[in-house]
Amino acid sequence: MNLTLYVWRQKDAEDKGSLEKYDARDINHHMSFLEMLDVVNEGLIQEGVDPIAFDHDCREGICGMCSLMINGRAHGPEKATTVCQLHMRHFKDGDTIYIEPWRAKAFPVTKDLIVDRSAFDRVMQAGGFVSVNTGGAPDANALPIPKANADVAFDAAACIGCGACVASCKNASAMLFVSAKVSQFALLPQGHAERKQRVEKMIAQMDEEGFGNCTNYYECEAACPKEISVRFIAKMNREYLMATIAK
Amino acid sequence: MKLESKVPSGPLAEKWDKHRFESKLVNPANKRKFSAIVVGSGLAGAAGAASLAELGYNVSCFCYQDSPRRAHSIAAQGGINASKNYQNDGDSTWRLFYDTIKGGDFRSREANVYRLAQVANNIIDQCVAQGVPFARDYGGLLDNRSFGGAQVSRTFYARGQTGQQLLLGAYSALSRQIGKGQVRMYPRAEMLDVVVVDGRARGIVVRDMVTGKISSHAADAVVLATGGYGNVFYLATYAKGCNVTAAYKAYKKGALFANPCFTQIHPTCIPVSGEYQSKLTLMSESLRNDGRIWVPKNRDDKRAAADIPEDERDYYLERKYPSFGNLAPRDISSRSAKEVVDDGRGVGETGVGVYLDFADAIKRLGKNVIEERYGNLFQMYERITGEDPYTVPMRIYPASHYTMGGLWVDYNLESTIPALFVAGEANFSDHGANRLGASALMQGLADGYFVLPYTLGNHFARAGVSNIKADHPEFKKAEEEVKERINKLLSINGKRSPDTFHRALGKIMWEYCGMGRNATGLKKALQEIPALREEFWQDLKVMGSADELNQQLELAGRVADFLEIGEVMCYDALTREESCGAHFREEYQTEEGEALRNDRDFCYVSAWEYTGVGKEPNLHKEPLVFENVELTTRSYK
Repeated sequence: MNLTLYVWRQKDAEDKGSLEKYDARDINHHMSFLEMLDVVNEGLIQEGVDPIAFDHDCREGICGMCSLMINGRAHGPEKATTVCQLHMRHFKDGDTIYIEPWRAKAFPVTKDLIVDRSAFDRVMQAGGFVSVNTGGAPDANALPIPKANADVAFDAAACIGCGACVASCKNASAMLFVSAKVSQFALLPQGHAERKQRVEKMIAQMDEEGFGNCTNYYECEAACPKEISVRFIAKMNREYLMATIAK
Repeated sequence: MKLESKVPSGPLAEKWDKHRFESKLVNPANKRKFSAIVVGSGLAGAAGAASLAELGYNVSCFCYQDSPRRAHSIAAQGGINASKNYQNDGDSTWRLFYDTIKGGDFRSREANVYRLAQVANNIIDQCVAQGVPFARDYGGLLDNRSFGGAQVSRTFYARGQTGQQLLLGAYSALSRQIGKGQVRMYPRAEMLDVVVVDGRARGIVVRDMVTGKISSHAADAVVLATGGYGNVFYLATYAKGCNVTAAYKAYKKGALFANPCFTQIHPTCIPVSGEYQSKLTLMSESLRNDGRIWVPKNRDDKRAAADIPEDERDYYLERKYPSFGNLAPRDISSRSAKEVVDDGRGVGETGVGVYLDFADAIKRLGKNVIEERYGNLFQMYERITGEDPYTVPMRIYPASHYTMGGLWVDYNLESTIPALFVAGEANFSDHGANRLGASALMQGLADGYFVLPYTLGNHFARAGVSNIKADHPEFKKAEEEVKERINKLLSINGKRSPDTFHRALGKIMWEYCGMGRNATGLKKALQEIPALREEFWQDLKVMGSADELNQQLELAGRVADFLEIGEVMCYDALTREESCGAHFREEYQTEEGEALRNDRDFCYVSAWEYTGVGKEPNLHKEPLVFENVELTTRSYK
């Protein structure tokens, strides 16, 4: 199939950037979206045009590095799918595709389709952990955890930190990301000792990074490649309320 | 050069305790005077950096991704082994040790493997304490599954995302230390050289992948936790960014590279669908617990799987290895798949694949149970192939997945360059000629959490604080060399992109140094690789400049190193005139086509010393001494 691409090109963080038009020819429907971009880039190199820079690594949907806005949707049209797992069989010959980077104040563009998501790391550094040093942990089975709790904790822990939730939210809110980590630890006994300060610190850092607030549009849940539920946002709000009331 | 493994004397089970006791300690107040550089933030790197920082050492950690959370350990699916014996099925430290050393076809060091088995249980405890959500049963206790190469259920798992959960655990421990200022994190940073002063590793030279700035970093010790080199095959289950560069630079600076030809080809990956393919995706080996592997009995049978009656199917693993069946170790399963495909009985459009069929399991257990066990894997398969594995059998084929070989290290994980330590997949020490499933996560975390903190401490205590700073002339010299190489890559102005050379190298490696190797093919590869490398340096085209984010430049530098390590692998494969584990030399097999190991002549570690580009490296041998296990012929029949 042949496609027309409009791709965001931006030389560096200072550059203004613009959408450029490219043709993608002879694309096989078994290709992944990123393989399609590889083919386009190979063509650009032959033409002497700077290839399109985009983030990617594992290409199996788990590292969270790939981050493209495709026709205005984070990770493209398929539900529960990262861009690297999106295949061209979901497009048809003659389609026009707009490809842009994540857009959020807290995620400045580094180059072309690559953005800086270090804000997520700083939120994690503020409290996204259980303070346990290596060594001295009790036997793993000393503390039975009801399967139902462990399962829900896992649902939250499945977050890959890609930032699609932020990119798809009109407020550029990071509530889904932050709430997933807060909830995972709030649901497990290991996380209880630091439960209150964790939620306070992570939310404070989230605000400092310039992420917006949640106004319950649930775009984040719809875009999340791991289908993290907005129920965790409600859970985080309760955690936050409990922590602040306790003061 | 004499290779000293520094394995402590005494009974196997007491070696590690004895060694820890004999290690010198650093006084708590003095720990802050020492610094360590950790390159890589996967399981070994993140766990090591976090644990060293917790002790009070100053740590700098570098990774090429935009965040340490993205290291490729994250993609491991199936699980992590430990001999907790929670299932009461007869597991023990000794059994885990024995299975691992046997699985490695008796080409690893007894003492290292035993230590690995010893600390495995601590890893599970540690991860649970961090809040890693392992699978649990209805009583709230941890669940286990079985895995290839073992007859006990000792594998802990978190759905099909165990690597992710363990890495996020290590990442959270690392994040805590970054937040405290005890670890300084450098994401989007690529190590381009290790700096050796007076014979000791004193730091690294790094390129900032956003600005292109080259900088030097000095420390009292350098730890490479930079993963494996399996992307030398181009098509592999590795992340696209995984590379050999850090390890290779160390090799060029005098660290020996051990057993480079021991590369694992994983049996259960989604087959290649076309020329444009950029990577292969693994389907967890745990699928072999319930899936049955088969091909048609007749050649060129083009019928749909469902139309092939039971008596015309060949469940070849069950037939050949009745006691292990579909759970035969990886090397054996991979090779068997190649055999049936070479015999013209492969399935799918390309004929390069075999079936992994869940029909019987679904009938026996119900779709719900299968969905609970493997739901995300089935989903992933469907996404990639467009086929529904609940109704049509999966198609799988082997792919490059892991490298058992790596930089040579002693019992302390120290390489032949003093003060340069190597952890995780980047070293060679624990898996011999073949790694069993669920052992990579175990080794990465064992090295990071429980070995490096002790051996580095001992190193610091004995060596004292280094007074070499990053403005030392050796650093300047290394920076100049790095810049010169970058300029060279940018100035060739040829016609071919780095990726095309990488693909070409991958084809040579897969053909001649892949699942089956022979002297003729390896010699051919040793002619083709230098020729390709020559062409690379004549006809490479790298767009853009050195002082910007330049993905083509990054790739070009990595491919240049792959073009050299490929040759070392072939020399290693050529000189190892035996078949063992994943290294199958076609000349050395039994009448039944099984690997023919030669313990009389090859019971050693091959450690290669760099002598120059394109020159045959020098071979050093570390004899493997087995005091506790008997070298038997591996049989899974």
